[in-house]
Amino acid sequence: MITLTADNRTIQAREGSSVLSACLSAGIYIPHLCWLEADAPADAPAACRLCLVEIEGFREPVAACVVTVENGMTVHTGTETVRRLQKTALKLLLSVHRVDCKHCPANKACALQNIAKFLGTGLGCKPFERVLKEPDVDSRHPVLDYYPNRCVLCGICVRVCRQRHQRPLLSFARRGFETVVGCFDADPVAAADCMSCRACLESCPTGALVQRTVVKG
Amino acid sequence: MARIQAAYRILADEARTRREQFDQSSLPKIHIGMATCGIASGALETKAAFETALADRGIDAHVHTVGCVGHCYAEPVVVIDYPDSGFPPILYPEVTPGKAKMLVKLFLEEGDPRFEHIMGATVENEMIPSVMEFARFSREKRVVMDRCGRIDPEQIHEYIADGGYGALAKALCGTPEAVIAEIEAAGLRGRGGAGFPTARKWRTARAAKGSDKWVVCNADEGDPGAYMDRTLLESNPHQVIEGMIIAAMAVGASRGLFYVRAEYPLAVRILTAAVEQAREMGFLGADILGSGLDFDIDLFQGSGAFVCGEETALIRSVEGYRGMPRHRPPYPVERGLDGRPTVINNVKTLATVPPIVDKGADWFRGIGTADSPGTAVFSVVGNVTHPGLVEIPMGVTLRELIFDICGGIPNKKKFKAVQIGGPSGGCLSAEFLDTPVDFDALTRVGAMMGSGGMVVMDEDCCMVDVSRFFLDFTQKESCGKCTFCRIGTRHLLDILRRLTRGEGREGDLEQLETLSRAVKQGSLCGLGKTAPNPVLTSLAYFRDEYEAHIKEGRCPGRTCRTLTAFYIDLDKCARGCDACVGCCPVEAVFTTSNRKKGIDQQLCVKCGECMVACPPDYDAVVKISPAALAPVIERPAEKKTEN
Repeated sequence: MITLTADNRTIQAREGSSVLSACLSAGIYIPHLCWLEADAPADAPAACRLCLVEIEGFREPVAACVVTVENGMTVHTGTETVRRLQKTALKLLLSVHRVDCKHCPANKACALQNIAKFLGTGLGCKPFERVLKEPDVDSRHPVLDYYPNRCVLCGICVRVCRQRHQRPLLSFARRGFETVVGCFDADPVAAADCMSCRACLESCPTGALVQRTVVKG
Repeated sequence: MARIQAAYRILADEARTRREQFDQSSLPKIHIGMATCGIASGALETKAAFETALADRGIDAHVHTVGCVGHCYAEPVVVIDYPDSGFPPILYPEVTPGKAKMLVKLFLEEGDPRFEHIMGATVENEMIPSVMEFARFSREKRVVMDRCGRIDPEQIHEYIADGGYGALAKALCGTPEAVIAEIEAAGLRGRGGAGFPTARKWRTARAAKGSDKWVVCNADEGDPGAYMDRTLLESNPHQVIEGMIIAAMAVGASRGLFYVRAEYPLAVRILTAAVEQAREMGFLGADILGSGLDFDIDLFQGSGAFVCGEETALIRSVEGYRGMPRHRPPYPVERGLDGRPTVINNVKTLATVPPIVDKGADWFRGIGTADSPGTAVFSVVGNVTHPGLVEIPMGVTLRELIFDICGGIPNKKKFKAVQIGGPSGGCLSAEFLDTPVDFDALTRVGAMMGSGGMVVMDEDCCMVDVSRFFLDFTQKESCGKCTFCRIGTRHLLDILRRLTRGEGREGDLEQLETLSRAVKQGSLCGLGKTAPNPVLTSLAYFRDEYEAHIKEGRCPGRTCRTLTAFYIDLDKCARGCDACVGCCPVEAVFTTSNRKKGIDQQLCVKCGECMVACPPDYDAVVKISPAALAPVIERPAEKKTEN
């Protein structure tokens, strides 16, 4: 076991685990979106940039998911710099998010709502302007609907799909600001299994992937 | 040891004999620079013209294709060496097909070298001033580019005859540790931008556990305006290959990879041929020169994503995944390509290795500064008289580089800024002209060495627009993985676009600054961490320009279209001249009552054609910012003009 200090508390962690996992196990919450519990520090995507912490000896704030715990490490999860960066990251995500919680299936179970609550910010994105993608729904998958303006591009759906299937159906498409999750017009035969798997639907933190409800008539 | 040297000597002797035969031949030799820059300026046509003219006149001569000498302003560059004429080898700039025919007739046939077309002789002599008398030549110090433009890149024996692969033979005679120690003593720092000590990287890779180590040459050069790596690969690929083999020997790698952009077709072609030749000669493959070292090189063509120049993204893309960076550590030297220890070095870093091994660390330390020994290769472009590739010792100041070596700003304009290090670098103002060019001095003032792109800007450039340009680039090239870079750069760009349209708001500058700092701190990889640099440096050094855009609706560089207007100065306009009327694409220029001209501001699209068309004698078209300052000249009613 490794012993380290986090927010002035002495905590213990399994060797080789990440600072993020160590803190979470010890009941110290650090906001995060793209991390999966099985992620080793060298494999974590470190894409959402929400789990930033300050560690003594590091020049800059660093993502807690990619740092391996070490004996005697001193971690600060709530410094002013960390909070400022986390709030900026959240606001950036909200600036490309259609905040319409009432009509969103993730309402009340939404990772963004939880993080906003934890950071004490609302769901506004000031001073950034809201920029939304078109169209609002991508219905090219045979049974799933993808909402790019709900998606935070954490990539969890892409990863669980890859873990479960030899030939994953989900992948990132386009790049930069235009990045979306795509299925490249999935083959209907392979996609028929999607409803029995549901891994992506269940792991999406923001309700961006939902089962299509067919309206009759 | 003796076996290695003996194996090398056989190859070297053969190469030297071939080269000497060529050099001592009394036939005229025409060396034509045929890298991409030369070809773009018409070197293929020039070469064809030489060949036709020689055939027509029945003159026997060698037409010798060489790489690029780096003097882009003078392309196509031709050196004619005609020993029987009694003249030294002469360098001719801008040799068009017409000039080529003329030179064949007058020089090769009649012995008149046509002094009016000469730039200079390539060697010291009594008849023609040498090019070494020009600062553009004499102030350079060529280590990496030494052989560029002198040898045919497609003929390995020319490189070997010039001492090439000698450093490899020397290195193979010693131990890997000795090579690393020599590089360390030389203080070589990576030429890719960050300036990380090369020896330290190699030593970590050597110590890393695991077999099948890789050496990767990063030739994914993508900065706007930078083309040093391309030119080097097109002009002297073997020096890079040699450096790579030495690196492989030093770190214990068995496989090598060139990661070259597919947008560099000529470099890819030349490099492929060069690797093949090196293999045939026994410099690659099993048991290199009988030393027991096994190493071979493959070539991978990158598909144009700028982010793939970032080493972890580069690895992902070679592995067949989406080119997205990951967090470091683990560094590629520990866990790289296919999970193997991987050394990734820039083209120029590897090309610097053979001269160091050959001439020793002390020689290398004698060039440049204490903390940044050696030379820096820059592609100096933009508003400068003699653009091109320049290799200078580190520590030369920006002023010397831009004004003395590259001839300063043309058209009597004033210097405004220099952007160093591409989209990751910074814009420096005139007060920084005395900054020495080295890794640390440039970083201190907010720019960076980068891979060596340098864009010089005169007084007509708008710094807000320049920032917008670079942000537009990085924003498009962001891979989209991490929040700050993906969304943050988009908001930065939106604000900059607003400013250039004259829609800036109170608080925009503060927001630019705050968000830039957050993107720098929060982003995952080097692309995001450096993307805001152009914004931050231009805000620091040219804040008045940003403020003029917001508060006065004025663009000091008169570049931003919505903030500028064209009008015709009636005191200068000549009666009856219709030059501007004819060139206007939207019929915004009209004739006023006294047959002079006016511009309809409602119709004008601000293309500037009228300003170009107005004869210099009148020079009556004026560009002004803010747009409201343009005097209003009423368009006469249609009827009136008909009367």
